[in-house]
Parts: sequence; structure tokens; C-alpha cells
Amino acid sequence: MTEFAARDAARAGVAASAPTPARPSRSWTEIGSEIGDRVYSWSIVGFASLVPILLLTIFVAVGVAAWPALRTFGFSFVTSSDWDPVAQHFGAAPAIYGTLVSSILALIIATPLALGVAVFLSEFAPPWLRQPVAFTVDLLAAVPSVIYGVWGMYVLVPVLRTHVMPFLRDTLHLGVLPLFSGVAYGPSMFAAGLILAIMCLPYISAVTREVLAAVPRSQREAALALGATRWEVIRDAVIPYARSGIIGGIMLGLGRALGETMAVTMLIGNRHEIAASLFAPGYTMASLIANEFSEATGDLHLSALMAVGFVLLLVTFLVNAAARWLVWQTARER
Amino acid sequence: MNTRLRMLATGGFLLASVAGLAGAQGTTDGADLTGAGATFPYPIYSKWFADYAAKTGVKINYQSIGSGGGIRQLSEQTVDFGASDAPMSDDEMSKAKGGQVLHFPTVLGAVVLTYNVPEIMRPLRLTGEAVADIFLGQITKWNDAKIAALNPGVKLPASDIIVAHRSDGSGTSYIFTDFLTVVSPAWASGPGKGKDVKWPVGLGGKGNEGVTGIVKQTPGAIGYVELAYAKQNKLPYAQVRNAAGQFVAPTIESVTAAAAGAAKALPPTTDFRVSIVNAPGKEAYPISSFTWILVYANQSDATKGKKLVDFLRWAFNSGEAAASSLDYAPLPASMVSMLDKRLTQVKLGTVGMAK
Repeated sequence: MTEFAARDAARAGVAASAPTPARPSRSWTEIGSEIGDRVYSWSIVGFASLVPILLLTIFVAVGVAAWPALRTFGFSFVTSSDWDPVAQHFGAAPAIYGTLVSSILALIIATPLALGVAVFLSEFAPPWLRQPVAFTVDLLAAVPSVIYGVWGMYVLVPVLRTHVMPFLRDTLHLGVLPLFSGVAYGPSMFAAGLILAIMCLPYISAVTREVLAAVPRSQREAALALGATRWEVIRDAVIPYARSGIIGGIMLGLGRALGETMAVTMLIGNRHEIAASLFAPGYTMASLIANEFSEATGDLHLSALMAVGFVLLLVTFLVNAAARWLVWQTARER
Repeated sequence: MNTRLRMLATGGFLLASVAGLAGAQGTTDGADLTGAGATFPYPIYSKWFADYAAKTGVKINYQSIGSGGGIRQLSEQTVDFGASDAPMSDDEMSKAKGGQVLHFPTVLGAVVLTYNVPEIMRPLRLTGEAVADIFLGQITKWNDAKIAALNPGVKLPASDIIVAHRSDGSGTSYIFTDFLTVVSPAWASGPGKGKDVKWPVGLGGKGNEGVTGIVKQTPGAIGYVELAYAKQNKLPYAQVRNAAGQFVAPTIESVTAAAAGAAKALPPTTDFRVSIVNAPGKEAYPISSFTWILVYANQSDATKGKKLVDFLRWAFNSGEAAASSLDYAPLPASMVSMLDKRLTQVKLGTVGMAK
């Protein structure tokens, strides 16, 4: 007990640069420990409240800067597609639509892939293969987004334009759906969704891998004992057990996709238009801010960009809240 | 006592962080003058600053944050001079906190049309109206009669025209849309001119490299980029018909010729906030523009003001020679004396004489 107190006191002394109490003196030690406890608890409270305060200040600062545009355009700011800096009229609907669609598309592509990778690595892969593959997948998260953008522009987009898009549209006859119709320019919502899928894949797979590894052995053994095949064990015993964690991983990937700027800007074609086809160019909120912020002309233009930022914050916040709720729901069901 | 200790500790921590912040802000490392603004002239400006520092010891720190940022920082008086590819509007001028702002043209830039049509063997010829119609989405095929009439003997493909434009706000877009506004009534009443406009058709690429990327990757694409960028990357570019009816290729000489043609028409009282698109003159390339350094007419700090004026005088008289080596068009000789005279209007050390 005294040992702990002395250590706390020494720590507090360092932290607060208060005079370090002499070690042998018992009374000093006690005083020191009392101060230490308080300094410690107050600094913990301080650090813990720093994050919410920071978030709140960001919200308020962006909201205040966005207010002139929101007041001028009202609700039409989020419903209008007319973004015209010359006429000083701003409507962000295409950017909001683009952010949501490109992110959802990314999740639709990335989730099955990431789950497959994670299940393979945690359940099937021989040990010698596990580490190298896991490492490579994780490495995808470390590639800077501008590299993805350049690669996308010079490798992915030409392949999409000359092979993938005509294949989907004509060979598979998916062109009858509006989603896959129209001219294949290359830079498009589809290209942006695909690059986002690659970018959020490592997040989903890393979390899923960890969650699967945390499923108790007894869970698997019990299922095996009931005569389940290997596939049934994974489907009926392992994945349901890990479900809330997997959803958490998917939402982490979604958060990444919503805010991604550079790579998307280079691939989406930056067009203020809501098009039915995924092959058509689009826009995202993050790209819009990145493109126009440095050369915004006039206060209203600047404020409109801040309003886009505010909507993006709000969307991210809502998506995260929904994810939390979903995780909580699935955890409770079990 | 506990409370006091705690306050002391917190206070010390706060002081330390404030000191840290203050330290981090002093990044000008003893520069004599600071400026901020356009990215387009940054290579030539940094060469000028280096040459000038070697010659006189006057250090100039320049941040190429974009024209809009340059104007904003000058207005807030956080820099000694600004730089912009588009002249300040009357509204922006009236908001500048340091009073009247003078515009000094430094070098010239031009915007070229680059395209990806492998079938076209010799430089494409275009008129302003044809360019406007393409960017308005009214000409959609390469073998359109309007393009064919300008290019007799050239076999044009029947493929779609894919338009590429800048997605980021930029002086390049300003010069290009300024030109389209002058030559095409339909463009003037439609998208208009600006660093960002509402493009009727096309794909947006970020920066010259983004537009170039789209054009290079997409057969049938046409886009616009800066002359210097196009030259350095050996992109093919179109000849554009000028006001005198000649098809002119963008070169350093033809851009300087545009400025010379426009300068002849300038009144002696000009504030140099002039557009030189579609300038008169047989050799003039029509999509040309000045880029400007922005300086307050009343320099409250006489020492800094003198350094700034001396630098600008040196740049006009000695610096211009270096421009063409970096693919910028220098000012025509006829303008240098006009600008020297204009420099004498900068008042030094008149504190509180704003407006």
C-alpha cells in the first residue's frame, strides 16, 4: 500500500512539477498521495472531456461559418442541384447524393471481400500463410490516398472504360438497368466506389479477423460436437457470435469511405449532377470542399462550402450513431 | 494549498503550450517581405526572389496558396503583397483593410486547348465560337461541320467529343471563361466567367494534371491547360483564331504579342486591371492573360514599402529576361516604362492614410 502511495506521489510530482515529497517521511508521502490522486483524477477528466469539447467546437465553428449560406438558401441547399459560383447560387444535392452512393457502393463491394479474407485467414489458412497475407491486406490501409488516386487514374480507369464497363453493360446485358447504362467515360461514380472499396477493405477485414479470433474455442467445439461441418461451424456458430463486432468493422470502413477526399476527387469526374447511371460522373461533399475552397470567390461561396462541410459532419455523425445503434441491437439480440 | 498547487501546475502547462504555439507561428524565419497568392507564377517568382536575394540580400517569403487566398491575406494585411491570376473585383478592393490596392502585371500566361484525337495529324484549328460551342455541349462530334470547315483537308473522326475542365477553382479557368465570355454571347449569358463556373458538360479534373490525365486517358477528349504545363509535358495543342482572323499557335512570342497589342490601347490612367483575351494584333494569341502582384498604395511601413518597390522595379527591368526560360511570356518592352511610372504612385510611410 505504502509502495503504491509513494509511486503515485512520485508520478504526481513529475506530472505537476510540484516539489517531490521526501521519500522516507511518512506524512509527506500521504500528502503527496492525496495530491497525486487529485491531480490524476482531474487530468483524466480533463483529457476525457477534451474530445467532446473539441467535437462541439468544430460543429459550432463550421455551423457559424455555414450560417449565411444556410440562411440564404434554406432547405433548397440540400435539395437543389444548381451549384453556380458565378450566379452565386448553391445547391449541394449532387454532392450529398454522391457521398452516400459512392460509400454504399464501396461497402457493397468491400464487405463480402473483407469477410472472405478474414474468414479465410482466421479459419482456413495454414499458419505460414496467415501472417504474410494478413500483413499485405493491412498494408492496403497504409497506402496514401493520393497514390490510390494516381493508380486509379492511370490504371483502374482505363481498364474500367475499355473492359469492365462495356462487359457489364453489353456482355452481361446489365445495360437494360439504368444503373449500368450510358456512355462509359471512365471517371465515374463506379470508379470512385471501387477505389473506396479497396481503401476500406483492410479496415473491415482487420477488425473482422480480430473479432473472429476472439470467438471462444468452446463455441466451435460445441458446434463440431453436434456434427456440424466446417462451413456450418463458421456460418452458425462463429459469425453470429462475432456479428456485432463485424458490423462495427463495416461501420469503421464506412466512416473511412464517407470522408475520403483525394482519391475520389481524382476519379469521380467532379460533375454537379445526379445521374441514374453509376457510369456517369458525380461529385462528393469532401471533393467539393477540396476543389473549391482555396479559390472560393466571395463570402457566400465560402459559406456555401462551409455548409457542405456542416452537412458532411452531420451525415457522418448520423451514420455513426446509426452504426452504434445497430451494434447495440445485435449485441442485445444475442 | 492543494488548489494552489493544482492551479500552478495547470497554469504552467497552459503557458508552455501557448509558448509552443507562438513559437510555431514564427515561420517567416527573418524574411524581409512576405507575400502570398497565385500558384501559376510561383516558379518564376521563386526564381526572382532567389536571384534578388543573391544580389541585394533582401529575402522574400512567398506562399503559393492560390489567388483567392492571396487576395484574402492581403485584405487582412497579414502579408506585404498578394498575387493573383485574376484582377480583384471592385467589391474585393473596397474590402481591403489597408486602403487602395495597386495591380502590377508581372508576367503573362496563356491557356491552350489540348486534345486526344489520334486521327488528327496536324494541329487542330479552332475559333472562339467553336470552342464555346464545344464547351456548351452544342458541338458533340469531332466531324461536326463547324470544326470541319475550319480544318480543310483534315480527316476528322465521327467520335464523340468528351469535354474536360478544371474541377478546382483556378486562374486558368478564369482566363479561359473570360475568353469564352468575350467571343460567345451564348457563353456570356450562360455560364459566364469565373474561377469556378457551372460547366454545362464534361468531366472535372483537379489541377492541370487532372485535366491532362482525363484527356490523355480518354480518346476523343478535349481540355484546357496552362501553356507552361502543356509545353513541359509536350501535349498537342490547337491553334486558335484571333481577333485579326489569324490562326495562332500559343507560344511565348504570341502571348507577349497579345499583351503588346492590348497595351497600345491602354489609357495612361489605367489601373492595369485589364483583360487581354482576344487582343488585337496579327500575331496575338487570344487566350492570354496577365498575372498580377497586388500592393497597397499606402505603405505604412516605409522600410518594407521601399524594399517592395525596389524589388518590383528590379523585376520589371531585370527579372523579365528570365521569364521565357521558365515558359512564361515576358511583358512587352513597351509596358515596362508604364509600370515604372506606376511604381512612383506607391506612397511610403503615410501611416493612417488608408482610403
